[in-house]
Amino acid sequence: MSQDVHGATPAGVIVIGAGLVGSAVAYGLARAGVDTVVLDQGDNAFRASRGNFGLVWVQGKGYDLPDYARWTRSSATRWPALAEALLADSGIDVQCKQPGGFHMCFSDDELLERQARLHRLQNALGDYPFQMLDAAELKTRLPLIGPAVVGASYSPQDGHVNPLKLLRALHASAQAQGARLHGGVQVDRIDCAPGEFCVSAGPRRFVAPRIVLAAGLGNPGLARQVGLQAPVAPNRGQVLISERVRPFLAYPTINVRQTDEGTVQLGDSMEEVDFDDGTTTPVLAAIARRAVATFPLLQGVGLVRAWAALRVMSPDGYPIYQQSNAHPGAFVVTCHSGVTLAAAHALRIAPWILGGAQPDELGVFTGERFLPDKVFSHAH
Amino acid sequence: MPTDPLFQPVASEARSPRTVSLSFNDQPLMVPAGSTVAAALLMSGINRFRATPVSEAPRAPYCMMGVCFDCLVTVDGVPNRQSCLVEVAAGMRILAQEGARDLLLQPANIAPGEVQP
Amino acid sequence: MSAESVDVAVVGAGPAGMAGAVALAGLGLQVVLLDEQGSPGGQVYRGITLAPLSRRDMLGADYARGNELAQALAASAVRYEKGAAVWQVTRDHQVSYLYGGRSHTLNANAVLLATGAMERPFPIPGWTLPGVMSAGAAQILLKSSGLAPSEPVVLAGCGPLLYLLGWQYVRAGVPIKALVDTTRPEDYWHARRHLSAALRAWPYLRKGLELMRSLRRAGIAHYRGAEQLAVEGTEAAAALTFSAAGKPVRLATRCVLLHQGVVPNIQFSQSLRARHEWDAGQLCFSPVVDRWGELDVPGIFVAGDGAGIGGAQAAALQGRLAALGIASQLNALSTAQRDHQAAPLRATLARHLRIRPFLDAVYQPKEENRIPADGVMVCRCEEVTAGALRGFVALGCAGPNQAKAFGRCGMGPCQGRLCGLTVTEVIAKARGVSPGDVGYYRIRPPIKPITLGELAAE
Repeated sequence: MSQDVHGATPAGVIVIGAGLVGSAVAYGLARAGVDTVVLDQGDNAFRASRGNFGLVWVQGKGYDLPDYARWTRSSATRWPALAEALLADSGIDVQCKQPGGFHMCFSDDELLERQARLHRLQNALGDYPFQMLDAAELKTRLPLIGPAVVGASYSPQDGHVNPLKLLRALHASAQAQGARLHGGVQVDRIDCAPGEFCVSAGPRRFVAPRIVLAAGLGNPGLARQVGLQAPVAPNRGQVLISERVRPFLAYPTINVRQTDEGTVQLGDSMEEVDFDDGTTTPVLAAIARRAVATFPLLQGVGLVRAWAALRVMSPDGYPIYQQSNAHPGAFVVTCHSGVTLAAAHALRIAPWILGGAQPDELGVFTGERFLPDKVFSHAH
Repeated sequence: MPTDPLFQPVASEARSPRTVSLSFNDQPLMVPAGSTVAAALLMSGINRFRATPVSEAPRAPYCMMGVCFDCLVTVDGVPNRQSCLVEVAAGMRILAQEGARDLLLQPANIAPGEVQP
Repeated sequence: MSAESVDVAVVGAGPAGMAGAVALAGLGLQVVLLDEQGSPGGQVYRGITLAPLSRRDMLGADYARGNELAQALAASAVRYEKGAAVWQVTRDHQVSYLYGGRSHTLNANAVLLATGAMERPFPIPGWTLPGVMSAGAAQILLKSSGLAPSEPVVLAGCGPLLYLLGWQYVRAGVPIKALVDTTRPEDYWHARRHLSAALRAWPYLRKGLELMRSLRRAGIAHYRGAEQLAVEGTEAAAALTFSAAGKPVRLATRCVLLHQGVVPNIQFSQSLRARHEWDAGQLCFSPVVDRWGELDVPGIFVAGDGAGIGGAQAAALQGRLAALGIASQLNALSTAQRDHQAAPLRATLARHLRIRPFLDAVYQPKEENRIPADGVMVCRCEEVTAGALRGFVALGCAGPNQAKAFGRCGMGPCQGRLCGLTVTEVIAKARGVSPGDVGYYRIRPPIKPITLGELAAE
């Protein structure tokens, strides 16, 4: 490993964070041939990546922010290319399947609201395929659906992957492309000099002309040091995971999906349903009730794990992507849809970091949008 | 299927005064009342309880105290029962678990009821 | 969700749980004792209330001792719930358990975890084959059903339980093909610095010597310093192979019983995010507790082997000490009364614990049986090998939680119980750091399997 005379490790880009976001960006950077160093925390770090539900999900997202819908879709359409590249670089098949997905509704009101939401997105985006299905129509597509389901929306844009295989594939592929991963690194400080960032972590130092902050809940403190805003906060999401069972469900749904290994993941819809107030058991019981109502045959399935992970949420729930004005070369990348957006992070964010144009959709995702004096300062 | 039993009562054990009849993979067995399903099967020459969901490798009880989950069987239609923790009962229908469970093959007596979300 | 309020919920009806629950009830507290077995006793006194006298006699006086505790429990005001599988304990003292196919919840003012020990995993080639069991498992079959191997059995590994089982088999007339001991003669010499303390725990030492002598008198083949243990077989165990004194040995048998000591069962204390430390003597993680067994989670106490291995008699004393600590915390006892009553218990406890450092040193499981070769299955449930784990470390995986994410090890129904220590030690060795630095799985509820329907009914 190269070290300069002052004991600092030089790199082309430093990526802080090796969760799904950081490792996807790092993979993109390494593929572009830049010397990439990835700094990861220890084994007990809070990792949103390990609690992921695994959906590559488009429908319903960004209905009050069409650029988010566009960004999401641009990632979903690039996902097959990402999966292929990961397979080539790591030998790991992340099981990307995009057969379309269902969002179940349990009341007529819910169904109507769902329809209105998707119409609005269709009007804003133009080409935005979806279907509303009543119970009888849904039953022909998903025969195992329970009687409490009154209907669903279906969109052919949706899919899912194995999120754990994805995390491993990103780590393996980034390293196969030359990225250097340093584990157990707790970043203390970032010093900015013109054209150079120096990251200190205990006795270790890393220097590079570009730096990407992808540290999830660690981003607020890091962002301030490079003149950026990343006011994200934890938001607990819970997922239940069953024993392995034979394949019974070929499509992902917003709250139930079966992995390629046979386990069934049961979760809450993080974009649109807030289950987060209340203690753990009631939340898990609510997830279980909704899952059993969706697919009654799950009643007797054994749960192997209940998983809680802290989502990385900005105040409006949307990502933050920005290059620092004060310290060009410093970027913040933070979001809570690390799986869906992995393809965009690897294939579109990385070129931007290396000096390419900022992707069009990203103009609205600056951290400044959360500053209390934003309106005032813009008036000047 | 049954072979020579791997376990048998030690010489000093009096013959169990009470027995119950049950079945394993539809084969009838007479076993001492009060024993666990795992003990009853082991003394009846059942040496393979299940095949793993991952590779369908054969497994049998390892710990007998509820921590290893290698003794899982289906009891009266309910899968994943830890046979080392379940006491035998007359008429019990025990099945080996072969690989991952098939949710589409659930017996009528545990048919799910309607649940509201 | 309906929850019932109680003063104290005790989890586990082994010696610590029985003694603790009885002591708490004796101090006027309302106690619910939850245990997943059908009768009290835990593993060490398994089936004690049901075993016929002849069986009790064959198992020996140490087993029979459990009867006193069980009788005290029966005579007490403790509400003992058998067949209750606790699946969750929360930091705010909610205890959820499955009974009769339904989940029930207790809101307790204090919780005593007495979940005891489990046998250390023994990952060698072929250890997942039918016909391979832990010695503890075979002993449970003997205690609860009077069953023993029908053909000459091979006992392999090390530790008091292995020799005790051999002694019990000899008394019961069960044929033993061989005792394949991984202990080397020089291990006794290396443990000599603990001998003076052990001598002051003379009854334990004498008992151990008697066990070994009776095995020798019975003419049982005893291989010492056995290495490279492996079980042969495809569908079931066919033989144990190993090398002893530099020579390869193959013992044909359908039944191999493995044992290399016991370790605390820390599923609950880990799921509570209580602080744990690596115990370099016992080579395991133990929860950090105060003098009364209280975790760094207020109002949650651990007694018995779950807080560090001390054996059955120490466990019962620790259960009584925890009861005093809890009673004082719940104002059923003044601190002066508590301390006064604790003093004699502490003195006796110290005597029982004197033997431990010697036993831990002599019967320290060998590294090759804790940190296996690449081809050996580490995670029995998800079938992850040691080699796969080392591959994850090469990718930068620093500990068990990333390993879990990378390769599913510890994600099966046993929830890491049978692989946790192995995974920690394999990663530690591969990274060249201490197991304490590597840490342990983040354990999450359900601690016992629950179905979706049972949870939905909560």
